[in-house]
Amino acid sequence: MPSLLELEGIAKRFGPVAALQDVSFDLRAGEIHALAGENGAGKSTTMRIVDGIIQPDAGQIRIDGKPVRIRSPLEAQALGIGFVHQEIALCPDVSVAENIFMAATAASRAPLMNFAGMERKARAALAELTDVDPGAKVGSLSISNQQLVEIAKALALDARILILDEPTSALTEAETRKLFAIVHRLKAKGLGIIHITHRMAEIFDHCDRVTVFRDGRYIDCLQVDGTTPEQVVNRMVGRTISKLYPPKLNRAAGRPLIEVEGLCDTHLLDDISFTLREGEILGIGGLIGAGRSELAKAVCGLGPRRAGRIRLDGQDVSIPDFATALDHGVVYVSEDRKAEGLFLDLSIRSNVSALRLGQVSTRLGLIDRSAEEAQAQRLGKKLRLKAASMANPPSVLSGGNQQKVALARMFSVNPRVVFLDEPTRGVDVGAKSEIHIILRDLARSGVGVIVISSELPELIGLADRILVLHEGRLSGEIGPDRMTEEAIIALASGLKPPVAAQKLEGTEQ
Amino acid sequence: MTETSLGQATEKRDIVRGSDGAMKRLLGMREMGLLCIILLVCVVMSLASPYFLTWSNFRTIFLSFSVEGIVVIGMTMLLIVGGLDLSVGAVVCFAMVVAGKLFLLGINPWLASAGGVASAAAIGAAMGVFVVKVGLSHFIASLAAMVIVRGACLLVTQGTPLSLFTLPPEFKFVGQGSIGGVPLVVIIFLVLAVVFDFLLRRATRFRAIFYTGSNERAAEYSGIRTKRVIFWVTVLCSTLAGLSGVIFMARFGSATPQFGVGMELNVIAAAVIGGASLKGGQGSIFGAVLGVALLSLVTSSLILLDVSVYLQDMIKGFILLAAVSFDHLMSKRAGREG
Ligand SMILES: Nc1ncnc2c1ncn2[C@@H]1O[C@H](COP(=O)(O)OP(=O)(O)OP(=O)(O)O)[C@@H](O)[C@H]1O
Ligand SMILES: [Mg+2]
Repeated sequence: MPSLLELEGIAKRFGPVAALQDVSFDLRAGEIHALAGENGAGKSTTMRIVDGIIQPDAGQIRIDGKPVRIRSPLEAQALGIGFVHQEIALCPDVSVAENIFMAATAASRAPLMNFAGMERKARAALAELTDVDPGAKVGSLSISNQQLVEIAKALALDARILILDEPTSALTEAETRKLFAIVHRLKAKGLGIIHITHRMAEIFDHCDRVTVFRDGRYIDCLQVDGTTPEQVVNRMVGRTISKLYPPKLNRAAGRPLIEVEGLCDTHLLDDISFTLREGEILGIGGLIGAGRSELAKAVCGLGPRRAGRIRLDGQDVSIPDFATALDHGVVYVSEDRKAEGLFLDLSIRSNVSALRLGQVSTRLGLIDRSAEEAQAQRLGKKLRLKAASMANPPSVLSGGNQQKVALARMFSVNPRVVFLDEPTRGVDVGAKSEIHIILRDLARSGVGVIVISSELPELIGLADRILVLHEGRLSGEIGPDRMTEEAIIALASGLKPPVAAQKLEGTEQ
Repeated sequence: MTETSLGQATEKRDIVRGSDGAMKRLLGMREMGLLCIILLVCVVMSLASPYFLTWSNFRTIFLSFSVEGIVVIGMTMLLIVGGLDLSVGAVVCFAMVVAGKLFLLGINPWLASAGGVASAAAIGAAMGVFVVKVGLSHFIASLAAMVIVRGACLLVTQGTPLSLFTLPPEFKFVGQGSIGGVPLVVIIFLVLAVVFDFLLRRATRFRAIFYTGSNERAAEYSGIRTKRVIFWVTVLCSTLAGLSGVIFMARFGSATPQFGVGMELNVIAAAVIGGASLKGGQGSIFGAVLGVALLSLVTSSLILLDVSVYLQDMIKGFILLAAVSFDHLMSKRAGREG
């Protein structure tokens, strides 16, 4: 039986950059095939070729053994290819239902729209994923719900080949589970599914085979059974990396760096108090919509704040806006690098220098190009940023490398307290552990580090203490000795932590 | 147990997030708001002036915006697709001048008008090519077109108005006649408005205009030929401007090379008051019609009240500012609640 989809000898250059060289890949019907590789390895580029968004310079694509040319997403759809894009590609001014069935509308011969029928079908398509109103405008949804709409949109195509490019990076555990329930059902129906992810657990829990790319080349295709995560990571990075998290703080934390007391905002946050001490990394957990980002933004002067006091190094400060926050060395790094984190069309070096232009300016207030370049080079190297030139815009970088540019910006300010919102979203395993080490070093050097993460293992591995939010309130704090995924989930969903429950049982006996 | 409660908690949030039937109602709200303002102006004016509530006054007001309204229809669609056309005033004039010149050369006025509209469409097609193939922005392409076409109008007429009093009466009827007391131009405008409003809301082909304007990349990934959509809407906008030009010719029985100077700003203002966004993806014909109606209503009311011409322009500007700011604040608040 021929493979469902085969790629052979695919090559693609972007100007001087050889993004893909002699790449091959094969997908069978009824399998979930993981595609792994470091940031910039060429995973998304390969899939964009399969979807007809870009054209390969060389090589052949075969579907059911027959060579095909895919010149546009329209042709890809006709061939039964559905694609969940890494960067959400939805129309914000248009309803959820219309977004889901946009391809059907584009191909439809019916002269008139049937909105009622479309909303009904959309409700059914979304039922297993989320509860959003199909009539709502996509622009009003949270990122994770937009991601779910993007998934529902690809599912609605009735595709035979489903490509998922990091669909889970914006989802929490609960939503990820729902997604995989659907994916497994589609697999049983005989679809071929390509799943791109940086999370080893997803590969080993759900996938049948894994293909590894490195530096734009095909490296290996392994049966997941009988392979270890270390083997996959080795092929990805070509060297061994420790998957261990950097050692945690082994002494009592120092003096308080930032103290927040009774923080309220206008619609969600309610009476939140916490203290971050010198040397420790504070984690913030909670479900999507619990107010984690809102909390960080409110402290940094980026969101509305109704009540609350902030003390830095024991001194009361007022932070009415982000410019003041920066003056105090308080930085927020957004979870949404595209919309809030980066100037996608400016050069990488202007992005890095933007928060503190004074550092790279001459005395006359003119920007010193070479200082700017040097700063970008230095921070880029520190983060292992993979970019052809610092003069390129972030828009041509792979997703993970864009994230590194966002982090480089934070380092440019010499911060005192940093709020990192999903700092390793879309970052590959190697770079991720480097970022963890960097954050630990930062904490050790006396900078306050607060990390928001939806990935529970990361939160547990990295943080010395975890605050959990539930519907805008602080539902609990978890110390180093009680850190388990169950404890976080329980607090995040508003239940009592199991530890407390056990104590209760103990007293009853 | 944790699993289910986790799911429930997520769902609860999502219901809160997804509860924006409000957003949808808001779309209607823009139009409702405009209707209310129009009614309010009518009430105030009927108290202020005995002439206001007369059939002939309403006839004059409708006449004053109908032909320009045809241009607003095209401009609204172009704004929704994310474009902009600064050349409409010049194109209106060009269609008028070309049709007039052809008529003076002895060609049947209907054919001459078809020629005028076709020349307008050709200008739209040329702009479309520069936007879609060369990659210029609509602003630049239409700015250039505005200057070039205005020059062409002067060239064709040698700078003097064409006098077309020999136009046959059945042709002038298009611009000057009435059916059952209602001017034909008003009927033409209303029919076009209803047809395009319906198409834009309901027709499968026309939905692509919203998709492309809202996020061109997403539309393209969904299999929509966005470049074609942009091209054809650009052509449509110019074509409607051309149509409006020849109707103006029939109405005035002349073709002046300076006609329609500054019209583009009025037209854009009307569309924006009606809810179109310069960022694309938003707007409706119904709203734009109300927008153009409001602007004319205010102008004629100010004339009726003997307000200085200079003040009139300022007041129109403030109305634009107020309408757009109000809408912006309302949708911001709705967004926060939603
Ligand atoms: N339009 C473009 N212009 C220039 N270079 C590009 C363009 N698109 C991709 N590249 C380059 O091609 C390489 C592969 O990028 P790609 O997005 O495929 O990586 P990826 O494997 O998906 O990484 P990630 O895990 O970070 O998403 C990168 O080095 C990127 O900079
Ligand atoms: Mg990618």
